[in-house]
Amino acid sequence: MTSRREFLQIAAAAAAIIPGEWTRAFAQQRLTQSDLLAFEPVGNVTLVHITDIHAQLVPILFREPSINIGVGDAKGVVPHVTGKALLDLYKIPTGSAEAYALTSEDFSALAKSYGRMGGLDRIATVINAIRAERGDRVVLLDGGDTWQNSYTSLVSKGQDMVDCFKLLKPDAMVGHWEFTLGADRVKEIAEDLGFPFLGLNVRDTEWNESAFEPMTMIERGGVKIAVLGQAFPYTPIANPRWMIPNWSFGIREDDVQANVEKARQQGAQLVVLLSHNGFDVDRKLASRVKGIDVILTGHTHDALSDVVQIGKTLLVASGSHGKFVSRLDLDVQGGEVKAYRYKLIPIFSDVITPDAQMTAKIKDVRAPYEPMLREVVGHTETLLYRRGNFNGTLDDVICEALLSERDAEIALSPGFRWGTSLLPGQEITREDIYNATAMTYPAAYRMTMTGGRLKEILEDVADNLFNPDPYYQQGGDMVRAGGVSYTIDVAKPIGDRISDLKLLRTGQLLEQAKEYTVAGWASINENTEGPPVWDVVMNHVQKRKTVAPRETTHVRVQGI
Amino acid sequence: MTDAAASYNLLFKIELGENKNMNNAISRRQAFGLGAGVIVGLALPLRPTAALAKNDAEEAIKSFAGGKTPEKAKVKLELPEIAENGNTVPVTVSIESPMTKDSYVKDVLIIADGNPRAGVITFHFSPSAVPEANTRIRLAETQNVVAVAKMNDGSVYMASKEVKVTIGGCGG
Repeated sequence: MTSRREFLQIAAAAAAIIPGEWTRAFAQQRLTQSDLLAFEPVGNVTLVHITDIHAQLVPILFREPSINIGVGDAKGVVPHVTGKALLDLYKIPTGSAEAYALTSEDFSALAKSYGRMGGLDRIATVINAIRAERGDRVVLLDGGDTWQNSYTSLVSKGQDMVDCFKLLKPDAMVGHWEFTLGADRVKEIAEDLGFPFLGLNVRDTEWNESAFEPMTMIERGGVKIAVLGQAFPYTPIANPRWMIPNWSFGIREDDVQANVEKARQQGAQLVVLLSHNGFDVDRKLASRVKGIDVILTGHTHDALSDVVQIGKTLLVASGSHGKFVSRLDLDVQGGEVKAYRYKLIPIFSDVITPDAQMTAKIKDVRAPYEPMLREVVGHTETLLYRRGNFNGTLDDVICEALLSERDAEIALSPGFRWGTSLLPGQEITREDIYNATAMTYPAAYRMTMTGGRLKEILEDVADNLFNPDPYYQQGGDMVRAGGVSYTIDVAKPIGDRISDLKLLRTGQLLEQAKEYTVAGWASINENTEGPPVWDVVMNHVQKRKTVAPRETTHVRVQGI
Repeated sequence: MTDAAASYNLLFKIELGENKNMNNAISRRQAFGLGAGVIVGLALPLRPTAALAKNDAEEAIKSFAGGKTPEKAKVKLELPEIAENGNTVPVTVSIESPMTKDSYVKDVLIIADGNPRAGVITFHFSPSAVPEANTRIRLAETQNVVAVAKMNDGSVYMASKEVKVTIGGCGG
């Protein structure tokens, strides 16, 4: 197998320039569409992968995490390398376009230079260009988290995304947040999709039979390709089970192996797993399941400049929110990958010309809501972002809103990895708030909870993130806690990670049996009561006019 | 019976273990539901730590195995890593065996080491049976599920898997 990592060729000269003095024009002068797309083709198959767009049709800002701790075998290795360490690892110059796209380093300054990323019309341009170049060798695969988490996808129940993706014509997709539309809607869309909605790990709870096609066979470039699809294994645990009561998920490693063997028996020369497992789960899966050539990973939102090879399996991580398109060229001969070349193509929205047909479609689906979405509700003086293991300034605003609007002592906000970023000085629009909150179970509840129970919740979520066995991880970040501070030792077992849990208001340790007032959102329980969280956040921001959350030290991390 | 393997019941007799009485116990999810009009998806009542969760599992295995130490082989236990619903966790056990008159699996004991009582179920097989069975079990908390198989020659084999019972609600 030959490997050659493709990087942007533009960065070295740019590194010396002071970020603050850059302009948007600078980005356009330094980057060109042909540079971004430049690729020396290899072999007879081209896999194109997009994943975790989270219904972002138009270009966005998305700051990658500064803290993303790996445990067990994943300690200190990608994707658990962030910031400067990631730049050093991949030899990416500080202040370069790639540094902006892949890390949190200097994000606010670089965002002003390099602008927004993503946009499905820019993605369409890239895909069209690859198809024009590679003809019938191209397979386009969507890793899921496509139909939800923007306003238009919420009100249209995913129809906006379905309509736009019809123009892209993927060959298959898998799901996770899709399932939060409810079983009936998922079935309805899947039947009308025009390409398979795969899920080899989804079975009906009554008969234990496959609920979705496990795989699809595609012939491209004279190569018979099996695409196996894996839905997010913990959908009924991380998201409301009552919305999909008759479907059971799970990693189902044995089923993956059985389907690989079946695919080979049916003559597949290339076996691809389109996965929403999360990167660490797929790394373990690749070491245990034999015969997978490529895993297109998703769910954990990692963007990696190079493939990771585990045994004979290549793992691709294509980021999130439409920031990247992955291109993997493969030379498949005699049922084996003989050579490959990979490029993580960054979608700089000011550099890549939008595809006119897709632009028109996006405009069309957004038109009825555009004036409302553009309404300004406030202003931020500091960078608002969500990604990171323990906290984000955007979540600090949400927790503040829950505390004040719901009159609570403690706020809990889920550790979702989706949600766009806002720069210091930026106006906050209704769309920005929807981008951080739009989902089908948004009720902002208010309840009482003992100190002991709160600690147990923190312990439980921490174990979902830091269990040393990735098969027991769920792939989100730590639940955000407002109004409290705590210490977490990520290396300890469940029950022993959280200590020194204090109420910020009093500075006192939380008492085991004492009841505290807690507000939160995204409860997975049916019939949760409360106003939608976006109303809570909008009311709060409108009253404050300006928010300015600073990096806090309310979570002290040990055991790294 | 709703399991695909329900028909196997014709080939062996099922003995429910003592924890059928557990139906009287209120599950943690339910207990929490009773306590709060508005339920946070993140919340479950207190869980004893694994160290405190020991029950009569060791004794049950010892008595089933007739004092022998089961070898970790020949038994395959299919369970989810994380339970979607601790009240009804699907489990499938299969045993490598030729299933002839001279060599077959006689009994398979399923144990849950963190439930109030360890014994879950015992499957009895005849030589003409398919050496596989499945059922749904209730798990009170994160624990190991153990399957011990006794062959007709008295040899014993086992497999075990940890199943996590979690609060959920924060993935993604």
